[in-house]
Amino acid sequence: MQTEIIIAGFGGQGVLFAGQLLAYAAMDEGREVTWIPSYGPEMRGGTANCTVIIADEEIGSPLVRHPAAVIAMNLPSLDKYEALIQPGGVLVVNASMVNRKPARGDLRAVMVPGNEIAEAMGDRRMTNMVLLGALLVNLPVLPVEAVERALEAHLPARHHRLLPLNFQCLRKGAEFVAETVR
Amino acid sequence: MVVEQIVPEEIVYQRPRSLVECATHYCPGCTHGVAHRIIAEVIDEMGLREHTIGVASVGCSVFAYNYFDFDWVQAPHGRAPAMATGVKRVLPDRMVITYQGDGDMASIGMTEVVHAAARGENITVFFINNANYGMTGGQMAPTTLPGQKTTSSPHGRDVELAGYPIRASELLATLEGAAYVVRRSLHDPKNIRLAKKAVRTALEVQRQGLGFSMVEMLSICPTNWGMSPNQALQWLAEKMIPYYPVGDYRVSPSVAQLKV
Amino acid sequence: MARELLKGNEAIAEAAIRAGLQAYFGYPITPQTELLEWMAHRMPELGRAFVQAESELGAINMVYGAACTGARVMTSSSSPGISLMMEGLSYIAATEVPAVLVDVMRGGPGLGNIAPAQSDYNQMVHGGGHGDYHTIVLAPATIQEAIDLTVLAFDLAEKYRSIAVVLLDGSLGQMMEPAELPPMRPVRQTFPAWAATGAAGRERNVLTSIYLDPPKEEEANLRLLRRWQEIQANEVRFREYFMEDARFVVVGFGSAGRVALSAVRQARAEGIPVGLLRPISLSPFPTRQIAALCERAEAFLVVEMNAGQMLEDVRLAVNGKRPVEFYGRMGGVMPFPDEILGEIRRLAAGEASFEGHPRDRWLQRLTGSN
Ligand SMILES: Cc1ncc(C[n+]2csc(CCOP(=O)(O)OP(=O)(O)O)c2C)c(N)n1
Ligand code: SF4
Repeated sequence: MQTEIIIAGFGGQGVLFAGQLLAYAAMDEGREVTWIPSYGPEMRGGTANCTVIIADEEIGSPLVRHPAAVIAMNLPSLDKYEALIQPGGVLVVNASMVNRKPARGDLRAVMVPGNEIAEAMGDRRMTNMVLLGALLVNLPVLPVEAVERALEAHLPARHHRLLPLNFQCLRKGAEFVAETVR
Repeated sequence: MVVEQIVPEEIVYQRPRSLVECATHYCPGCTHGVAHRIIAEVIDEMGLREHTIGVASVGCSVFAYNYFDFDWVQAPHGRAPAMATGVKRVLPDRMVITYQGDGDMASIGMTEVVHAAARGENITVFFINNANYGMTGGQMAPTTLPGQKTTSSPHGRDVELAGYPIRASELLATLEGAAYVVRRSLHDPKNIRLAKKAVRTALEVQRQGLGFSMVEMLSICPTNWGMSPNQALQWLAEKMIPYYPVGDYRVSPSVAQLKV
Repeated sequence: MARELLKGNEAIAEAAIRAGLQAYFGYPITPQTELLEWMAHRMPELGRAFVQAESELGAINMVYGAACTGARVMTSSSSPGISLMMEGLSYIAATEVPAVLVDVMRGGPGLGNIAPAQSDYNQMVHGGGHGDYHTIVLAPATIQEAIDLTVLAFDLAEKYRSIAVVLLDGSLGQMMEPAELPPMRPVRQTFPAWAATGAAGRERNVLTSIYLDPPKEEEANLRLLRRWQEIQANEVRFREYFMEDARFVVVGFGSAGRVALSAVRQARAEGIPVGLLRPISLSPFPTRQIAALCERAEAFLVVEMNAGQMLEDVRLAVNGKRPVEFYGRMGGVMPFPDEILGEIRRLAAGEASFEGHPRDRWLQRLTGSN
């Protein structure tokens, strides 16, 4: 069994970091995990995405056509990935950056105003944490606590004063529980 | 709504014919765009668009051919002067230019440019010196200043281990075959105008078959320098120009008599 | 040591350092650059040699020089840069000095792109430089394997005074996975007897690749060949998955191999008796092992991220005894498991064929014409 997650958005939205955090958490829980970014000229401000696969056995392909879950941080990501998610999969949308709701009815989808929440919490850069919290509450792959432990264990010490805020943003996001599939 | 008619004589600024109408992939504020513009303007002014063949190099300007509206070929990393030699020897009455970064020309391609200049190859090299490798994410270039931090000189360029930066214009100026070798800068309007004049002279040198010409242009890379475009322009003026003085390094007697 | 989350390029660099690397020479190129950047950071801080060369041509000849002193030395690059190194590789092989090369392959030919590909197989496995020589080529599929094979590459290079190549594609270079780094080995303080280190109190050592007298050159060639036979006998490595009762066999290396693993698992779930053989040493190639499989396998499927380069080596091994089919993606495109699953289903449905060349049949399926 494996769970595939794609996190996509603009460069600078913390997409790659959110994916790495998941990967750290999975590793620390003793799971197998792969993290692979889209790489290249995208580095310069274009779109960015990464695929994280978490499993209990040796992972084959690091890329999948149909992921179990997607975090879409902006509209191009929603447009690109919505159609690809496995039926019954999870879709977390950053409502602050899109002008439409998901069209599919066979997904567990949540609209999370990530930018607004992060700003209200005091730091716009925490949008990725809010959305990650929303993913974890809807996708039974890792508990939020595992990600919190991973943050504590792997965030460089000089950023540790940001830990409480990260935790709060994760928890805030975790309040967005999707309705069961229609 | 009243739409004001702009009469042609009021147009003070428009896209040169030699540039394609499109957005470039260059980072905001990057002076690659300025260099493109002045080259295109001169090619328009000299009526050379249909007689010019560009040789693109490998670096951020690898897609120069998407922006200049004339014929182009694409060289392997550093080999543009050799490819340009091939084009020029077969089509001697055409104008052949290369557009190369400092990694491309002064590192991997040093051999090719030195020998093209030594042969007095009748081509024009536009050399963009931005003190690092832009395309690959900001590594040390042969032009990186002593002490300058890059991703492959993380503690600043240590001249004991990595040597001193190469002044390519001064070096090429020692070669008999070089007719016109100058350095200009793109950090303010006055210098940009001077750079444009040099581009004009270089192409005139080629048109009259006087030998190898090169215009080095000091340029910024705000993205990999980790600065805003304005800070980068200032850094260029304050840090690069003292090491790379703007000036004419070789003007052969026949070029000195040119009227441009 | 504990598992760490490591990026392929950086894991290889650190593994080399811990294997006692004394000197690194390289030139930036995507998708390999993090390896060079890691070296730029670590080697000087350990008091070891690091030079960003003026080009790959410069880098490989710096490696050549350092290798002649018997030091543990390596370079790394990606496809277009590897092409530039071919001259040096031929000289290093001919001079019989050990060196390690890492090739993080990208889409080509020409400038191509920076996306993952496996199209340097022929260049690395079947030469590329001039003359008769062989290199050891190791192809990891995971970050852990990349680490282990990098360390092994140094040991094999030294044991056989040969070039050892670690061949991977850009996706593995850019990917992160949990893996364990080896402990730091001390840098060797002595030099081998053959090395050019100064003839203090001994006969002088001359390292060269020129043998003007053809019989002498032939002798050198024979020496290289005999050593290669020894490597072929001792150093074949591969990994098998689900092979116990497999009636169909997929062969794929590196990332294509791991994508194939996903497909094989899915096919198993559908009840198809299929297994995977993932060559780890591409050179020497597991020819005998594949030949032996013909006893029980009904058909083979070769999967690569190129136009069928290893395919020819599999065909030689199978030697016409069983049908071989091919599936490839090129130009920097990675296959998804479902594409390979589709091909496995074809095998299971008895659609494997002896007619013509597998590449032509694949092209026919791909485009409907040749
Ligand atoms: C043979 C080879 N080696 C390395 C590269 C990778 N590469 C692409 S662009 C580049 C450096 C370009 O830097 P520069 O010439 O300074 O131009 P800039 O990007 O700064 O404009 C390198 C090393 C390559 N494409 N081919
Ligand atoms: S990376 Fe640097 S040189 Fe390249 S386009 Fe951006 S600013 Fe210009």
